[in-house]
Amino acid sequence: MASYNLKINGKAVAVTVDDDTPLLWVLRDELNLVGTKFGCGIAQCGACTVHLDGTAVRSCSIPMASLEGANITTIEGLSDDKLHPVQEAWKELDVPQCGYCQAGQIMTATSFLKQNPNPNSEQIRTAMNGNLCRCASYNRIEKAVALAAKKMS
Amino acid sequence: MENQNKFTLSRRNFIRTSALASGGLLIGFNFLTSCGETAAPPVDISKLDFKDFNAFIKIAENGYVTIFSPNPEIGQGVKTSMPMIIAEELDVPWDHVSVEQGALDTTNFSRQVAGGSQSIRFGWDALRQTGATAKQMLINAAAAKWGVEASTCSASNGIIKNSNGDELGYGDVVNEAAHLEIPEDVALKTTKDYKIIGKDAINVDIDAIITGKPLFGLDYVAENMSYVSVIRPPAFGQKINTFDDTAAKAVNGVSEVVQFGDKIAVLASNTWAAMKGKKTLKVQWTNDSNLENTADHDAELFKILDGKNLEIRREDGNVKQAFAEADKVLERTYESPFLPHNCMEPMNFYANVTADKVHLVGPIQTPAGTARRIADLINRSEEDIHLEMTRMGGGFGRRLYGDFALEAAEISNLTKQPVKVIFSREDDMAAGIYRPAIKYRIAASIKDGNVTGYHLKEAAINSNMYGLIPHFFPAGAIKNYKVESGNYQSNITTGAWRAPYTNFLAFAEQSFFDELAELLETDPIQLRLDLLKNVKDGEDPNIQYSAKRMTDTINLVAKKSNWGNTKDGIYQGFAAYYSHNTHVAEVVDITLKNGLPLVEKVTVAVDCGIVVNPTGAKNQVEGGVIDGIGHAMYGDFSFENGQPQHVNFNTYRLIRMKETPIIETYFVDNNLSPTGLGEPGLPPAGGALANAIKAATGQLLTKQPFVKSIQKYEANLKV
Ligand code: FES
Ligand code: FES
Repeated sequence: MASYNLKINGKAVAVTVDDDTPLLWVLRDELNLVGTKFGCGIAQCGACTVHLDGTAVRSCSIPMASLEGANITTIEGLSDDKLHPVQEAWKELDVPQCGYCQAGQIMTATSFLKQNPNPNSEQIRTAMNGNLCRCASYNRIEKAVALAAKKMS
Repeated sequence: MENQNKFTLSRRNFIRTSALASGGLLIGFNFLTSCGETAAPPVDISKLDFKDFNAFIKIAENGYVTIFSPNPEIGQGVKTSMPMIIAEELDVPWDHVSVEQGALDTTNFSRQVAGGSQSIRFGWDALRQTGATAKQMLINAAAAKWGVEASTCSASNGIIKNSNGDELGYGDVVNEAAHLEIPEDVALKTTKDYKIIGKDAINVDIDAIITGKPLFGLDYVAENMSYVSVIRPPAFGQKINTFDDTAAKAVNGVSEVVQFGDKIAVLASNTWAAMKGKKTLKVQWTNDSNLENTADHDAELFKILDGKNLEIRREDGNVKQAFAEADKVLERTYESPFLPHNCMEPMNFYANVTADKVHLVGPIQTPAGTARRIADLINRSEEDIHLEMTRMGGGFGRRLYGDFALEAAEISNLTKQPVKVIFSREDDMAAGIYRPAIKYRIAASIKDGNVTGYHLKEAAINSNMYGLIPHFFPAGAIKNYKVESGNYQSNITTGAWRAPYTNFLAFAEQSFFDELAELLETDPIQLRLDLLKNVKDGEDPNIQYSAKRMTDTINLVAKKSNWGNTKDGIYQGFAAYYSHNTHVAEVVDITLKNGLPLVEKVTVAVDCGIVVNPTGAKNQVEGGVIDGIGHAMYGDFSFENGQPQHVNFNTYRLIRMKETPIIETYFVDNNLSPTGLGEPGLPPAGGALANAIKAATGQLLTKQPFVKSIQKYEANLKV
């Protein structure tokens, strides 16, 4: 067990957990931030995507040992009161089916659009390829990322 | 099926009202059985009880409408589309309506199965009747207030008007309406007057989903709850011999290790500790029955196809004679593997078994049956079981089976504490209730350029096609027709998987028809249309597809896909299939990239009757088609010595965005009652894809997943 100080969604947070505990389970079980989902546990599905210093990472595969002082954003902290333009686009195009993968999709998309604010369809498809959607809402995800890019430009 | 104003249930039997103590009107209704004599909706809104009612409508004094339904949402959008139907007939603006999931806290729910794409079909008449009845009650209340005849009043958009030009909002008369008789014989709208049905309505849970609110079973937490990871036999056919839990118990956070049956539960203060504890358990397994292999299954299924002991499921004319007299005979065998469901949210369930009650929470498609099984399992009366459903991160059939809920209940019962069982992905894929592996052998006889006979045999693991599937197309279209089936009993657990049986049967038949068309030197679409001409709708009660509706659907897809008139380099494949009361036709467009097929686009035509919520409906179709393409292409699952060969997404391949075609969906425009959409988009996809690949490369695909054969084909080309 060790203590870790993190910044999560702008707030300082201290947790005491085993150092091999993946960030995902600290978020979900210790901090009750359950918007970040568990899908595979081996960095293959993207359901657990959060931002580490603004970059999309797989929280299921990052142990706390490497996170002292880290700055984490989860779906709960993506925007303050109003929706983030990516969330707005998701809503406008009615993207979700079961909805389980969508927080991870949105976190991947927001980080990607920061790096590439004006992507073409090939780039969107490549960027989103690591996020599985078992309901296969892929067509709408692709369109929503493009719409969000437009909203943010 | 026509959208007429006929309805047989008496409204007095299935609708009840009450005046809420806090003001407002509450309407409870039950559209599957009639309400009990004494059933009455509560007067306290926090006391909604779904024992006698399927759902409640609250109309508040400000005219806003809340619909409470315990119906679980698995991603099919019924939580949005069903309230739309009520709001349409009630005639309130859609933005005055909110939908809440009522916690289902009873065992006596009357109809709570989300599956089979049937929710809309069953609910259509009753939901409209309920909305229209409520509207009439409000009109009656306003008329009484004004002292005029109700027949001189009308209501629309939440406002009631009379012929003197007076107006009252619904909210102004709710308290009076609550005390009125429930009217009979209310008129329903005609489709041309629809304002909500047929317009896009965004998923009612959208905000909660995109901001990460707790919605799903996995998100549920209760005080003092232990997180549980369960180790189950690694192979079908094994059981526990001995185990050593010293190391597991030493894991920080692990509180208890307990055996139940041939499983061991590790209880801990968090999920990670439970999973870690499980990994350190040392278990010796022994063989209890056969450890089965896919190669053996293949041999057994071929034996069935080659044998004489099949059960006849439908027989018309004389198939034997047709084949004896044929000019040509075509015969093919099609093969499919087991498939895991892989819901994105792994199986999980919460249980707290105490002396006075059994509290269960989680994602389940069959709460009533599951509650009963749990009562049996832990020897409790059904009255004690309180089961709450959460939103489900996908179902695809897997959550029809309550195994995970039973595990949770049993563990809580043994350890006397609240527990939440969480499957890892490996648990989820390895302890599955899989789509059974199936093989089909289809033969057709041709005489004088016509298809004269059709003989289909099904050999499946554990169970065979059910219900009216043997009567699906081409039943009725070919004079001499025979369907037979047989199965091999395996210890591997199998069950329903999105569009059971037809998810693979459609591929087999629809590729077979493509080859038949080639033999007959006719266009594949024309062959289907010609065969459909032999079918008289309504003649055979077992044949529920409609030749007319199927023909219209096929014509629509042909037109929208530019069938036969595509640009160079685009190859097309066609398939059409009726399942779950919905007719679907699809055309897949592929191109070749370095000789490999690239699926570019799928044009889909759907006849599902009236489209209640087009955006939701298209979402379902898009998902179903991509799912069908993904699993036909990549879904590969096999067993060695009883053990599944893939347990996570690193080796089990699901379709991803880069492999996804653009789906264009068109609906046949008609006024017929709506039918389901969760499943019917899937079955034709594999066949249309195989036919497109054959058109492009000449390669005939008879075995799923295609990717294996395509790789082999590629390798051969290079030699
Ligand atoms: S749960 Fe982290 S990538 Fe799947
Ligand atoms: S919406 Fe269900 S997994 Fe993506």
